[in-house]
Amino acid sequence: MNIFVLVKRTFDTEEKIVVTGGAIQEDGAEFIINPYDEYAIEEAIQVRDAQGGEVTVVTLGGEDAEKQLRTALAMGADKAVLINTEDDLDELDQFSAAYILAEYLKDKEADLILGGNVAIDGGSGQVGPRVAELLGINYVTTITKLEIDGKTVKIVRDVEGDSEVLEAELPLLVTAQQGLNEPRYPSLPGIMKAKKKPLEELELDDLDIDEDDVKAKTTTVEIYLPAQKVAGRVLEGDLSDQVKELVSLLHSEAKVV
Amino acid sequence: MNFDLTSEQQMIRKTMKEFADEVVAPGAIERDRTKAFPKEIFKQLADMGMMGLPFEEEYGGAGADTTSFAIVTEELSRACASTGITYSAHISLGGAPLHLFGTKEQKEKYLTPICTGESFGAFGLTEPNAGSDAGGTETQAKEDGQDFVINGSKVYITNASYAKHLALTAITDIKDGKKEISAIIVPTDAEGFTVLDRYEKMGLNASNTTELILENVRVPQENLLGKKGNGFRQFLVTLDGGRIGIAAMAVGIAQAAFERALSYSKERKQFGQTLSSFQVTQFKLADMAMKIELARNMVYKASWLKDEGKPFTKEAAMAKLYASEIAMEIADQAIQIHGGYGYMKEYEVERYMRDAKLLEIGEGTSEVQRMVIARQIGC
Ligand SMILES: Cc1cc2nc3c(=O)[nH]c(=O)nc-3n(C[C@H](O)[C@H](O)[C@H](O)COP(=O)(O)OP(=O)(O)OC[C@H]3O[C@@H](n4cnc5c(N)ncnc54)[C@H](O)[C@@H]3O)c2cc1C
Repeated sequence: MNIFVLVKRTFDTEEKIVVTGGAIQEDGAEFIINPYDEYAIEEAIQVRDAQGGEVTVVTLGGEDAEKQLRTALAMGADKAVLINTEDDLDELDQFSAAYILAEYLKDKEADLILGGNVAIDGGSGQVGPRVAELLGINYVTTITKLEIDGKTVKIVRDVEGDSEVLEAELPLLVTAQQGLNEPRYPSLPGIMKAKKKPLEELELDDLDIDEDDVKAKTTTVEIYLPAQKVAGRVLEGDLSDQVKELVSLLHSEAKVV
Repeated sequence: MNFDLTSEQQMIRKTMKEFADEVVAPGAIERDRTKAFPKEIFKQLADMGMMGLPFEEEYGGAGADTTSFAIVTEELSRACASTGITYSAHISLGGAPLHLFGTKEQKEKYLTPICTGESFGAFGLTEPNAGSDAGGTETQAKEDGQDFVINGSKVYITNASYAKHLALTAITDIKDGKKEISAIIVPTDAEGFTVLDRYEKMGLNASNTTELILENVRVPQENLLGKKGNGFRQFLVTLDGGRIGIAAMAVGIAQAAFERALSYSKERKQFGQTLSSFQVTQFKLADMAMKIELARNMVYKASWLKDEGKPFTKEAAMAKLYASEIAMEIADQAIQIHGGYGYMKEYEVERYMRDAKLLEIGEGTSEVQRMVIARQIGC
């Protein structure tokens, strides 16, 4: 089985994030594998261990993303590919990412492609489905269970808390939802071997992609942090006075009525 | 000079930090209370290949360096020092002497199960009448045909209830009135060998500390570890490495105490201000951060020297001495910053202080470390 996993390097939203001048401060931020992509990597390794084959993890980005790829290799992926867009593109959006990934994947004869259901930074959830669309293969998003039997794949997908059971055929692209599995910690031997596993670096030229063809179709207008939560207020006094005060506050302060 | 960790060391740190926070930390208070040995955690560590971290791959180890060992020990101890000491003793007291002095056959037989986690590693040196003065060993191993017959007792031996075998020191001969001490590998299920787990400790409650009683325990002479009569020198070498483990534990506990004190001081308000806005608290926290940084650097330096094959006796003693003393101080100050809350188990910092105290005693007391350093600087 020829398995590919689409992996994104994102900042850790559990750590402190600082926004200055409409951009997230990269220095000081912690970077991780997008957590949903970790489920995808784990699932890919499990499928490979059960069915044989090879797991290749692919990412788009700069030199720094090597760390996340090495982590995926330490978890057990066999090969990694870094499509380095650092020098060619200032901005990437879902369109550009999907286009580049699809160009890379189109002649790879992938049986199974896995990605995260969303990236916790951009949160669009578009890249996976777009790649499948461009490759002309089936896709199923937000899956919580995957069973492969020959060419047939039985899938449970999460639909807003409910489960939907479906069947699809390989080749297939799926995106992982929480609950699909419990991603393993990289093992120590895995960590020690990760550096020796193949990591290929490609640029747009290597994929015969013209910069103009992948220009972002969207522009980011503004980036800002959610407003600081302020302490709540407990109203006091007579119940009917409280109600009156509440209504007036909803009107004057919260401006919701 | 280069102060960066290698990419492997960075990945080990990140992995172990997550593991410590997600798997080790949640049950730490409960284990301290119930004295439950962290068996499940070690099963997972074995699955992750951590139990044979610095040993050769041919015996099931991972061939990682001493800095990586220090990182793993620090991270485990940050979450739960009982888990930390169990790991540190397993590697640096249990596995290391086999790794350093064992024959190929001995390594295959005794080091491999330590690397896979099938057996915990332990080391029996201390006796009721031989602590700091380990030369005062009284346990005897008499040659009898092809065997040694061992009689004596050991105290305060970490991990022995969970070890299938361990190396211990015994007198094998007396020459010109001088004791000849050797190290011998003894299976813990040998006839006449009793392991007692009945101490009531101040801290490190979830770690296993035992008494060993040996009554006519018979082992073949091929179980001699290293050279006959070299037992004393061998355990000095072993302890040099072990001290890096104790120092790393101390850094972990100190880091945990500091983190809790810092975050509590930013939440707790008195006199209308957070504690962290009082300069006295800020200065305490600044001192903590500084001392931890210095201690960790010293641990890394001693580890680096060891990995480079350079002498590291002095640096390991300095790291152990400094780190254990600042861990005690920082745990104490962390409780102080928490006030009455710090005196309560729920806030964790009181456990740090009880756990940290051992670090000023085990593997050579602070006084002994000063003696080692004094000797090294030519006193
Ligand atoms: C939880 C725990 C786990 C342990 N694990 C192990 C283990 O796995 N294996 C093992 O072999 N041992 C182990 N030990 C034993 C430990 O290493 C000894 O307790 C330690 O070396 C001190 O020996 P002692 O307790 O006999 O104290 P003593 O040697 O009696 O020391 C008492 C005091 O006298 C001081 N002192 C002694 N000699 C001098 C001197 N010449 N000058 C100045 N001061 C001096 C000491 O510093 C100390 O303050 C463990 C101990 C504990 C508590």
